[in-house]
Amino acid sequence: MKSNLEIFFKGVIDVSPLMIPVIPFGLIFGILAIDIGFSPVATMGMSLIIFGGASQIILLQLFSGGASSLVIISSVGAVNSRHLLYGAVVSEHVSDLKLIWKIIISYFLIDQAFARSNDYLKKSTEKNKYFHLIGGGATCWVIWQSTTFLGIILGAAIPEKLGLSFAVPLTFLAILIDDFRKMNNLIVIIVSGLVATLGFNYIPYKAYVIVAAFFGLVVAFILTQIIKK
Amino acid sequence: MSDWALIIYCGIITYLTRFSMIAILKKEMFNDKIREVLSYVPSAIFPAIIFPAIFLDNVGSFQFEDNPKILAAAIAMIIGILSKNIIATIFSGLASYWFLIFVV
Repeated sequence: MKSNLEIFFKGVIDVSPLMIPVIPFGLIFGILAIDIGFSPVATMGMSLIIFGGASQIILLQLFSGGASSLVIISSVGAVNSRHLLYGAVVSEHVSDLKLIWKIIISYFLIDQAFARSNDYLKKSTEKNKYFHLIGGGATCWVIWQSTTFLGIILGAAIPEKLGLSFAVPLTFLAILIDDFRKMNNLIVIIVSGLVATLGFNYIPYKAYVIVAAFFGLVVAFILTQIIKK
Repeated sequence: MSDWALIIYCGIITYLTRFSMIAILKKEMFNDKIREVLSYVPSAIFPAIIFPAIFLDNVGSFQFEDNPKILAAAIAMIIGILSKNIIATIFSGLASYWFLIFVV
């Protein structure tokens, strides 16, 4: 039986390579939030309370575009729907734990930690294997909070002329880069992108993100049906 | 709604998507079908941010001519597909963009 701490640090080490891209992402978030007009405290608050890169960037993007709160919140919800999948996968490994551990684990259920702990949870037979996920999540937490903080400091010094807001689509492009190689994903990407771009001015309340995601998922559903047959 | 209320609501909804399945599910309740469709969520949602940010200008009009973002994004995509590296993708795109607006 390994100690909690041993498994925690295994999680830290396993997730570390995935932390490199988080650094520019956190910096960009901090810089943009200050640029848009959020106070340093509110910017830090976003990283502490939301603790989700994609959610926070979409919040900024829609907020600066003048979207209503309801649209921003539902878009953030749509972006986060992928966590339902992570939760469903992780739940079978933690179903016997006390509620307090489920509450803690949920806060750390982020993309990178899930990606690395998914394998570990499947293979390990240790009772306390969930510390792996907490270790990965906590590592990302430290990186995310500190790069947000650095971004806030840099945000005041970086001129708007640099057009750093272009880093937002680039960051998402980078996240999707593996999906561009798969035919099904590529079709979904193009459908979603076209609906969002063409509907940008016509879909009310800046709900283009939700509408585009809906069309994308319908197409994904159809594609997966076709392949099964 | 104040900035703080917005941040807190976004935080709550983010947390709930992480917590709900862990709290509710006993064992496997999602079938493979739902699982497979959910795996397309990133492909379905991120382009809705990417495409408008590249092809539309600040007021939402199409911008096809004289738009350095299209070329810069294309370069980033090629570098990304070849290198499979997230940082190389972001920085090749930013570097091309700066080259196009400041040098060319």
